[in-house]
Amino acid sequence: MEATTKKTIIYIVLGAFALWLILWTAFGPMESPFSWQGLGLWVAAFLSLSILSFLYDDNPFYKVAESLFIGVSAAYYIVYSTWNALVNYLLVKLWPSAAKNLIPELEIKEIHIGEWLWYFLALVMGIMLVWRLAPKGGWISRWPLAVLVGWAAGMNLTRYLVSDFTKQVQTTLIPLVVLQPDGGSIAWYETLSNITLVGGVLCGLIYFFFSVEHKGVFGKASRLGIWIIMITFGAAFGYTVMGRVALLVGRMEFLFVDWMRIVAQ
Amino acid sequence: MTSREFFDKMQTIDRRWIFLLISLAVIIPLLFEFSFTELATPEVSAIYNRIEGLQQEVGRRPRTLISFDFDPPSEPELMPMAISLIRHLVIRNHQIYMMALWPIGQQEADDVVRQYLEPEFPQYTYGEDYMTFGFQPGGAGLINVIVNDFRKFFSVDSRNNPIDSLPMMADVVNLFDMDLILDLSAGAPGIKEWVQFGGDRTGVPVAGCVTAVQAPLMYPYYPRQMFGMLGGMKAAAEYESLVLEAYGAESDDPRISADARFLGIRRMGPQTFAHLVIILFIIIGNIAFFATRGQRGASRLTVDS
Repeated sequence: MEATTKKTIIYIVLGAFALWLILWTAFGPMESPFSWQGLGLWVAAFLSLSILSFLYDDNPFYKVAESLFIGVSAAYYIVYSTWNALVNYLLVKLWPSAAKNLIPELEIKEIHIGEWLWYFLALVMGIMLVWRLAPKGGWISRWPLAVLVGWAAGMNLTRYLVSDFTKQVQTTLIPLVVLQPDGGSIAWYETLSNITLVGGVLCGLIYFFFSVEHKGVFGKASRLGIWIIMITFGAAFGYTVMGRVALLVGRMEFLFVDWMRIVAQ
Repeated sequence: MTSREFFDKMQTIDRRWIFLLISLAVIIPLLFEFSFTELATPEVSAIYNRIEGLQQEVGRRPRTLISFDFDPPSEPELMPMAISLIRHLVIRNHQIYMMALWPIGQQEADDVVRQYLEPEFPQYTYGEDYMTFGFQPGGAGLINVIVNDFRKFFSVDSRNNPIDSLPMMADVVNLFDMDLILDLSAGAPGIKEWVQFGGDRTGVPVAGCVTAVQAPLMYPYYPRQMFGMLGGMKAAAEYESLVLEAYGAESDDPRISADARFLGIRRMGPQTFAHLVIILFIIIGNIAFFATRGQRGASRLTVDS
């Protein structure tokens, strides 16, 4: 199909859609854009359709929506962080009267000098951290960074060791043969499940064990290990697809239910 | 068209046709409101049963902490879970403590309170039956602190009431005082931090209500460190079906309004059809690949020679 014919078809489809929207707003249940709530719905719908239009091809509507999204997100997080972290935590402790001027309903508690010094130290380290943006003395930011890394390593080391290592090992220490509660016969489902779990962990570990050549029984276990890893990746990919489709369903629901009101809410 | 030509065409199909079919697979069931019966999996039932029986387990009115660690991009998956959990917690007369590790999580909590909790359960009083701590930055560090003392981070709630003025905070000092932790998580900080720094340290049972992308990463924690899990839209629909079955319109229980929207069940119709289209394309793609493999091998030989 020629490019001009394609363009003509697209314009006709878009024109028909716009005409239908006008008629549906005038005579149907769709909210007009001339109220605050309606305007919000129309802007959200326009931006959603602009982003979805990228699936056909890159176009100016997509570019505008993308830039707007990035700009609004960045601004939102900067403002939110400034008020929540800098004002609510730092300014309120270091300079309570200034914080009270900014947020009159704020409850100010007196702090003693020792605590004040800790907050002052945090301010100094914060300034040192952003010093890397200055043309000279970028090395200054390494000091607070070192403190951050040290704090995170110290805090995470023990927790990861307990939660992601010790407890995970414990979880794998399970009976390979499970008996029914009456103790008579074998509970086949649980037994098979436990064998799969323990066998899967062992074969997965063997695949990453490179000190022994992968041949014979070791090689077969390693081969089984890679199969198990691949199945895990497959399951993870399947879940990801499910997540992405859920987002699409959510957006379509917004367009057809909340905006166009073709389906009852 | 011979079968070989058809498979060749399928190998080079314009991706926009696939997008169109997926869109139709979502839109048509949405318009006709197709839905399916959902059967709860053990991970989902575990959370439902725990909430059901917690009052008996602890011997008093249970306290449940629910953390809203997500933002609008994850709303389609996590909001149905949040609504169902709040409905169930209220029906079972839990005291609900809401908080957020994500900045916009607080607004998500406010939306649930404003749109569902307050209109559906007007008898539930703020400060006595439920409260919102609000968002505070810190992630894992924050959890680490509230394990010892809530008041170190939260001197006021999200509505600027002093924490000590709320009756439901009278006997609450730290995380050990909670009976259940539910985390609506879309990433970090989220469920992993709650398991590592909250549940494992305090012994308070933790359940994760996570996006589908997160679910496979969290399975190693189930069932020892995380007693239950809601993973993605499917699990949300399963949980809704459990609540609906026990307390919904069919049982004539007035505690859930007749026009209550069960978003997960409603969204699973389009979701299922979209999955069917994807599966169909995977099958056709594989058949086309294997059917044309010999041909591609031959043409490569011709080029090489």
